[in-house]
Amino acid sequence: MSAGEPTPRRTPGMEVPKDRVMPREDRLRPPEWEGGRTDPPNGGAFHTVGRRNRKVEGLAKVTGRAVYADDLVLPRMLHAKLVRSIHAHARILSIDAGAALAMPGVHAVVTGRDLPEYFGIIPWTQDEQALCETKARYVGDAIAAVAADDERTAEEALRRIRVEYEVLPAVPDIDTALAHPEWQVNEKAAEGNISKQVRLEFGAVDAALANSDEVVEAEYWYEGSTHAPIEPHCCVAEYDATGFLTVWSSTQVAHYLHRDLARVLGLPTQRIRVIQPVVGGAFGGKSEPFSLEFAAAKLSMVTGRPVKILYTREEVFYAHRGRHPMRLRYRTGVRRDGTLTGTDALVQLDGGAYSSFGLVTTYYSGQLLTAPYVLPAYRFDSTRVFTNKPCCGPKRGHGSVQPRFAFECQLDKLAERIGMDPIELRRRNAIGAHTRTVNGMRVTSNGFLECLDAVERESGWRGKFRRLPYGRGVGVAGSTYITGTNYCIYPNEMPQAGVQLKLDRSGRATVFCGCSDIGQGVDSVLALIVCEELGLDLRDVRVVAADTDLTPVDLGSYSSRETFMVGNACLDAARRLRETIATTLAERWGVPRGSIVLAGGVACATGDPHRFSMSVRDAFQAAESRHGTLGSVGWYQSPKLGGEYRGGTIGASPTYSFTAHVAEVECDPETGVVDVKHIWVAHDCGRALNPVTVEGQMEGSAWMGFAEALFEEQLYKPAAVGYGFGLHHGPSLLDYRMPTALDSPELHSIVIESVDPEGPYGAKEAGEGPLHPGVPAIANAIHDALGIRCDRLPFSPPAVLRLLRAGGARAAWERARAAGVGAR
Amino acid sequence: MDESTTVLCRMTVNGDPRTCAVDPGTTLLEALRYRLGLTGSKQGCDKGDCGACTVLLDGEPVLACITLALACEGRHVVTVEGLAEAGRPSALQDAFDRVGGAQCGFCTPGMLVSATALLRRNASPTRQQIAHALSGNLCRCTGYTKILEAVETAARELRGRA
Repeated sequence: MSAGEPTPRRTPGMEVPKDRVMPREDRLRPPEWEGGRTDPPNGGAFHTVGRRNRKVEGLAKVTGRAVYADDLVLPRMLHAKLVRSIHAHARILSIDAGAALAMPGVHAVVTGRDLPEYFGIIPWTQDEQALCETKARYVGDAIAAVAADDERTAEEALRRIRVEYEVLPAVPDIDTALAHPEWQVNEKAAEGNISKQVRLEFGAVDAALANSDEVVEAEYWYEGSTHAPIEPHCCVAEYDATGFLTVWSSTQVAHYLHRDLARVLGLPTQRIRVIQPVVGGAFGGKSEPFSLEFAAAKLSMVTGRPVKILYTREEVFYAHRGRHPMRLRYRTGVRRDGTLTGTDALVQLDGGAYSSFGLVTTYYSGQLLTAPYVLPAYRFDSTRVFTNKPCCGPKRGHGSVQPRFAFECQLDKLAERIGMDPIELRRRNAIGAHTRTVNGMRVTSNGFLECLDAVERESGWRGKFRRLPYGRGVGVAGSTYITGTNYCIYPNEMPQAGVQLKLDRSGRATVFCGCSDIGQGVDSVLALIVCEELGLDLRDVRVVAADTDLTPVDLGSYSSRETFMVGNACLDAARRLRETIATTLAERWGVPRGSIVLAGGVACATGDPHRFSMSVRDAFQAAESRHGTLGSVGWYQSPKLGGEYRGGTIGASPTYSFTAHVAEVECDPETGVVDVKHIWVAHDCGRALNPVTVEGQMEGSAWMGFAEALFEEQLYKPAAVGYGFGLHHGPSLLDYRMPTALDSPELHSIVIESVDPEGPYGAKEAGEGPLHPGVPAIANAIHDALGIRCDRLPFSPPAVLRLLRAGGARAAWERARAAGVGAR
Repeated sequence: MDESTTVLCRMTVNGDPRTCAVDPGTTLLEALRYRLGLTGSKQGCDKGDCGACTVLLDGEPVLACITLALACEGRHVVTVEGLAEAGRPSALQDAFDRVGGAQCGFCTPGMLVSATALLRRNASPTRQQIAHALSGNLCRCTGYTKILEAVETAARELRGRA
């Protein structure tokens, strides 16, 4: 089709080992520091940690100088666009690009035949092609790409590319996927439309349920939603005269993109550089490679010119990889004293057309439920199916937001059955610190009870629950979340995070790290750790991140791993240099090494700071004179974790965060409109390294949960009468109904610090955990307000009205009032 | 660009007289970002839904992605790059940075422009009035809490200076 070189089918050095490598007992361990890693390095108080610091890139962002992918313009740069399928399921019979290629200003067209290699973020489920070669699996599946002088010419060229299809039956939902295995969406499925099945049981569930005083059984529906970062996906690729490829991409996983580019393009990894410019939001939506990166790179290889692809907003909705729709059936038992007995879960996930992270999502839909409460017996049976829709993947709170919604609603119903305050029920079953869950997960620090206390106190719960007038109510929910996983996505024993730190004679430090700042502030975490250890001002630390040529590998921004893993790597690198400097000064001054303090730009000895003191810059120079050029490395690799069974490492994390929410709602029973007035969010983040960014993560998470509860739906429909299924119901930021500042509740964040023994200064995650209780807290508040149980998302006015009109709602509300608040 | 329809467009941008070649269909956002190199204004949707491209046109906030460049002929445009005062970040820019009003930063230029317009016409806005003035600017990161706080903080500081 184009004049490109033939593409080799295999990529040297990129094969994934067939057998999963279990973590070894002798895997890399972080160094042990005298005094541990949770205390201030100088003794006494922290100087930078815990302060309300600005972010390192903050000024660039507020002055319009931060450079995002679409802000990049290279000499001779072309613009490319993708041809996308108009059918949800169709065989591609032929592609005729002759008319497009004949247009002035059009330079090249590539199709699936030019990029045949399969890829996928999980090595065991590589089932995608950059451009579909033989079959399109959803409306919007990319089929071909065209490069032209400018975007408009490229768009015009798209219309002249003729694709001949043979339309196949489309699979729109879970039930059809299971009923019609012969309508196979994805040929890489082992059987029919089954993407993944997980069945695990811990303890004797049936006996536990039989011996319960009350058992609640209910079915829940969690509607899909998408990330919708305000920055659309964008990349620029440049294949230079020496055969070296550079890709700037709005990705949150530069390292994984690097590997998959090599695989699909047939280039060695050492001839590819991936750079992440400033990213305008991601939320999991940029955590795997997309068609645009492969297509731009291939077009650059073919044309010898830089190529940019910027997705339209509509394309962002179809690129998706968002929250899986889930159908969840739970049976949960309790004893009259409030002790939970058994939980039986049946979960079905609508995965869309490809696997994405789906193998992990399927495990997470069960594995992450086993805290913050003791579940003495637990069984889950989760099945992910393929359908002819944009692929689902990891959205903030990957795989565990949906079961958390169902389970926290179950707890509310159980509390009502046994006449117990729902906060008290949660307290009585709290799992506690330094323990193990029923599925073998190690729990260390745990501030969940403090979280419950905080939201109860701050919300004025005791004066409100079951006491507000009809139409108003409060609800509670709790949750836990991982702080990173104990695995890299592809099996290896190398560190999950690496940092190189360089000090120079000017008194400046530069941190090099592959980590991915997507707005959550990880670059600033690195800077403040270096300041804390070396006594520098924040302005004297530079961060170079997410550039595969310059920075050591970090796996990227997913599973809430950055602060903990990168932070630990950085703490170790900085402390190594701190030791070098302290040793130098102790020798020079003849004082004990432990007396050396580096703070506020000054190095001194605590015994006699007036006599023994110099600037940090002079201290760097003294250390360089004594020990040579100053540089150090740090890395993080998690300890061996998880249960001793197949899948027992999925969900295992070095530590867990904990959250509790109370939501307060005002509902209009005439219109069904639910107005969330307040959400109190208490979150155990271990230690808040920068309270401003921790609160920002808590507020943003709680808000995103609120948006899913009431507003957002990723739905598909027939395009028009006579057309097939598969068009997005409103692929714009107007129709998708993202809440505005006027729609949004007052968010009250309360930081709880349990000081994790293995975290950097005790820190854990804050970016995803605080989303989890959002939806169930609102559902439970609506019950307190109106006496209805919202078991299906979203809680839109028509849905609320339907429940109110189903009858018995007012009586249920009266009954709950009469029963009062229950045991406390 | 189609040469037969290309015309010159003259505007005052951030105080400087600027001229660029545009088509009748070129939007103000395209002219700013791709002709004049002012990439601070962002394209989030290109159809007037998200507000990331908001600029001041003769002092009023407009959506640059649905405003034609030629409609701005002879008029004054202010972008996020023009909000600094005497080379220093404005009180609003500083407050956004200090209180955490910018996470990913992509909505920030539009937010700042809308908030600047608000504070020029109302030095003491209520929280509800701020939310109303920013309701055309979508943010996906913050839940708006720290953005509202930043505008309140800047308004307080500006009143203190007056």
